[in-house]
Amino acid sequence: MAVFRKLAVAALALGGAGAAIFWWLTVPERLAPDTLAALGTGDASRGQRIFDAGGCASCHAKPKSEGDARLQLVGGVELKTQFGTFVAPNISSDPNDGIGAWSLEDFANAMLKGVSREGQHLYPAFPYASYARMKPSDVADLYAFLKTLPAIEGRAPDHELAFPFNIRRGLGLWKQLYLSNEPVVAFAEGTPENVLHGRDLVEGAGHCGECHTPRSLAGGTEKGQWLTGARAAEGDGVVPNITPEGKDISGWSEGDIAGYLETGFTPEFDSVGGTMVEVQKNMARLTAADREAIAAYLKAIPPHPNGFPAQQPKPAG
Amino acid sequence: MKKIVFAVAALALATTAAFADVIADRQAVMKENAKQVGTLVKMVKGEAPFDAAAVVAALTALNDNVQKIDVAASFPAGSDQGDTTASPKIWEDLAGFQAQVDKFKAVTAAAVASPAADVDALKTQVGTIGQTCGTCHEAFRVKKG
Repeated sequence: MAVFRKLAVAALALGGAGAAIFWWLTVPERLAPDTLAALGTGDASRGQRIFDAGGCASCHAKPKSEGDARLQLVGGVELKTQFGTFVAPNISSDPNDGIGAWSLEDFANAMLKGVSREGQHLYPAFPYASYARMKPSDVADLYAFLKTLPAIEGRAPDHELAFPFNIRRGLGLWKQLYLSNEPVVAFAEGTPENVLHGRDLVEGAGHCGECHTPRSLAGGTEKGQWLTGARAAEGDGVVPNITPEGKDISGWSEGDIAGYLETGFTPEFDSVGGTMVEVQKNMARLTAADREAIAAYLKAIPPHPNGFPAQQPKPAG
Repeated sequence: MKKIVFAVAALALATTAAFADVIADRQAVMKENAKQVGTLVKMVKGEAPFDAAAVVAALTALNDNVQKIDVAASFPAGSDQGDTTASPKIWEDLAGFQAQVDKFKAVTAAAVASPAADVDALKTQVGTIGQTCGTCHEAFRVKKG
């Protein structure tokens, strides 16, 4: 009996220690003062470019929005994943339903640290694992631009997630594994400026890797297979390999890639399709120099085989 | 029993073979569309000089090709199987797919009726055509590995 009691005490102590470690590992961490200082004041016109590069409207405006409706960020787009259904929230400047009451620091903590104004972890369906690599000044510019957009009342429904994914605190562990502001692809010194600018856009605001990179079981992107393509998160099909080894893109010149992002036509004059249609519309709004930088980066990254399994063997006949 | 297995296998083979033709045919239609659109895109991008006669020729060829699209004949149920990027959504929403095809027909017909007379107008015209391609490919085409 005494042995049993000792065991019980030990288990409790261990359990307590485990809980304490869990608590400590999962504390929502905010930005350091030096990053906050680097935010600056923000410029709305520059921020519009970040808004387009990030495709904010694709999730935060109503589906299929065109024209002014693209700037009404009322939320509501659903993302159905293996973890459950995520619903994009209202990020309009409405002070109650949107983020109108958020300070620049609040906003930067959400973008770069995945932490809400209330100090809770946000789900990485909001791709802050990519945004974490953005320049703080770009975040401030985006904040300034969002401030110019209309306040729209109305709240999107809550996420519908299964246990244990509905426990936000657990995301602290996910962040330990996957949240970093370090660039994914390290380039040697003397790498051309436009390649580095392309890296900012692709790895940061553009969050291209979120769909074009395969994920681990825990839902983080596999950095060793960066941009090698993946099974589509929603529905059937795959997202193509866009490293220089990807069969769709290997024969494309930088001009071909930039042209595709501008016009939506491949060098063979096939059209953009699938979820890339919405992305391409946003890319068309960037400057030519931005699209050329993205193309230069995609040509400069290491080639890798496909990050998705080969198609089932074709049936005979 | 063997006979049944053989019959089923033969039937499966026959259907796939039949669809292989349907799939090859509709891919040929798409390739032909791409060729005509390519003539126009090259002018828009400044890779080829603007040529009003060539614009009319390309738009006419495109429209002739598009008007011939027959959803029932070219997209029989089950022809999402095989070497194709046709999405199963086509058959889940056949009316929606037909509406996209009809829109494409209307867009190319309108383009032929008033072909672009300069490169700026062509840019708009190609933009409208490209958007129509993209909207349908967004919903009804799927990339496979």
